[in-house]
Amino acid sequence: MGILINKNTKVIVQGITGHEGSFHTQRMIEYGTQVVAGVVPGKGGQSFTEGGVSIPIFNTVESAVRETDANASVVFVPRQFAPDAIMEAADAGCEVIVTITEGIPVNDMLRVVNYVNSRTMAVLIGPNCPGIVTVDECKIGIMPGHIFKKGPVGLISRSGTLTYEVVDTLTRGGVGQSTCIGIGGDPVIGTTFLDLLMEFQADDETEAVVLIGEIGGSDEEEAAEYIPELGKPVVAFISGRTAPPGKRMGHAGAIISGGKGTAESKIKAFEKAGVPVANTVQEIPPLLKELL
Amino acid sequence: MKIHEYQAKELFSQFDIPILPGRVAFNVEEALSIAGEFGLPVVIKAQVHVGGRGKAGGIKVAKTFQDVEVHSKNILSMEIKGLPVKKVLIAKAVDIREEYYLGLTLDRDARLIVFIFSTAGGIDIEEVAATSPEKITRVNIDPLFGVMDFQLKKLIYDSRVDNDKIKDILKIARKLYECYIAVDASLAEINPLAILTSGEVVALDAKLIIDDNALYRQPKLEQLREIGDDLDELEAEAQKLHLAYVHMPKDKRGSIGVMGNGAGLVMNTMDEVTRAGGMPNNFLDIGGTATPEVVEASLNHILKDEVVQGILINVFGGIVRCDIVAEGLLKAYERLPRKVPIVIRMTGTNEDLARELLEGTPLIYASSTEEGACKIVELVGRQN
Repeated sequence: MGILINKNTKVIVQGITGHEGSFHTQRMIEYGTQVVAGVVPGKGGQSFTEGGVSIPIFNTVESAVRETDANASVVFVPRQFAPDAIMEAADAGCEVIVTITEGIPVNDMLRVVNYVNSRTMAVLIGPNCPGIVTVDECKIGIMPGHIFKKGPVGLISRSGTLTYEVVDTLTRGGVGQSTCIGIGGDPVIGTTFLDLLMEFQADDETEAVVLIGEIGGSDEEEAAEYIPELGKPVVAFISGRTAPPGKRMGHAGAIISGGKGTAESKIKAFEKAGVPVANTVQEIPPLLKELL
Repeated sequence: MKIHEYQAKELFSQFDIPILPGRVAFNVEEALSIAGEFGLPVVIKAQVHVGGRGKAGGIKVAKTFQDVEVHSKNILSMEIKGLPVKKVLIAKAVDIREEYYLGLTLDRDARLIVFIFSTAGGIDIEEVAATSPEKITRVNIDPLFGVMDFQLKKLIYDSRVDNDKIKDILKIARKLYECYIAVDASLAEINPLAILTSGEVVALDAKLIIDDNALYRQPKLEQLREIGDDLDELEAEAQKLHLAYVHMPKDKRGSIGVMGNGAGLVMNTMDEVTRAGGMPNNFLDIGGTATPEVVEASLNHILKDEVVQGILINVFGGIVRCDIVAEGLLKAYERLPRKVPIVIRMTGTNEDLARELLEGTPLIYASSTEEGACKIVELVGRQN
């Protein structure tokens, strides 16, 4: 179980022959992910043969889906080509599209997100994200596989390494996970906290959710409003309490502008919704244990 | 990336958005000669990358050449919100009948573009939104479809605008959207959009912010970047070194340097330092790879601020090998221009090997972010 992906998910890697794509394809296969095809325009008919595997490469996502019954895709292609690659995957019927690529212009992402949401049924995760893992079943993206442990907690985060830090702390603290998703640090992303909370609500395996937010935007506030209806306990954590306003803190979306998107506003929204907010990462496992 | 009013106006005029002639002066002599060319009166406007120039005295009308001399001299020696004014725009002064606001920006919550119009122009739009929101109309634009005529009509006709000018304003709005998309803007603003006593409709001011992620395909705009203009010295230098570095503002700047791999992790490390009673000096994200070269360049950069008395490094390994990072750090430490206590928190592959390597060296190992923060604060002393 878990959400969005599981052991039956068949994955296409767009940009499988690139440095990142090639490396992480091997890590995904090691984890047990069914990587069934690669897509590289112009290299159709060739095979990806690294680390003792052989995966067919196709010119288009559509042909890869037709030949392999793939239902998910991960996008590693450079930012100039990534917007089109995402829309191609959505058009070809991929149900889940994970975009690792960073640095995509925001106006491009506006087009992509609105295309994917209005014309297709695909769930877009990212861009500029570490991906998604349904523990012991399927890993799509670049998260380190060894830190996860099967269990009842779902996790949603805007961050990369901070997500790993939290997962690692949960695992060491004896709290296992169902599905963990990094939704990405850009101002315009496909899937938001709220979308994924609804997915977790419907998942029998998930008994509680950890939500890792950061400064910028108001997705956390929007999610907080929904939590009382969720019927499952949530623990929240916000990074960037010390971040100065007007400065972009690494992620394109992590910026307090015009007094909006502060850590205080997000923490307040969670507290108002009755959601405990951990002060440190270490506080998350005990808070969860209380609620489970 | 912010660009100056005069640069934005140049771009606007390429899209047939009417502007008034103007030129930039870097000193009083140039200001006088431009004023002589245009004929009096002229308006003198500070060119800096902050809002609120008018309130700060950075915009003046000059009716005589003596005025031009006095005002341009004053403005060119002025600092506005901490930024020194290095140039002024000299433009022909005109008589204004009405001032409106027209702007386009990203609506992050709606995941659409938003067109904003107001009949209360010439003042800060956020102020108008707070005091008289009824004077503002908005329309969301889906970039998949582009802007549609009915949307613009809704935007403009709902306001109390002279009917004979509506066509001109609609045309400018269409052009502004065209420009917004073509230059990869995240903000395009005309404030005020003025109706002159002569009946002309012109963009009296222009503001454009370009999406940094799009500069790779906007080479001409990239050339307009003025490193250092809205950055402090160390931030400007970091940009040249391709380091994701933010210097804390002066009033909140402590003596603990902070670096790590990943933006969220580094932000959290700063939060932990503060919780432990210290004050971070900076934010520095070394990115996913954490190569010895990047780590060394980052350490050197943080140490350029003499205030820094200790550094906390936070590396979540995952697939990075901790022993290699530790070896690289030890070598880098030898070469550092000045030695301060360094605490390193690492988890990941070969964590134990890394811990052994660091034992008995000046580099102090920590196994969690919290522990690392406590150790560095202990070494540097409490600050809050």
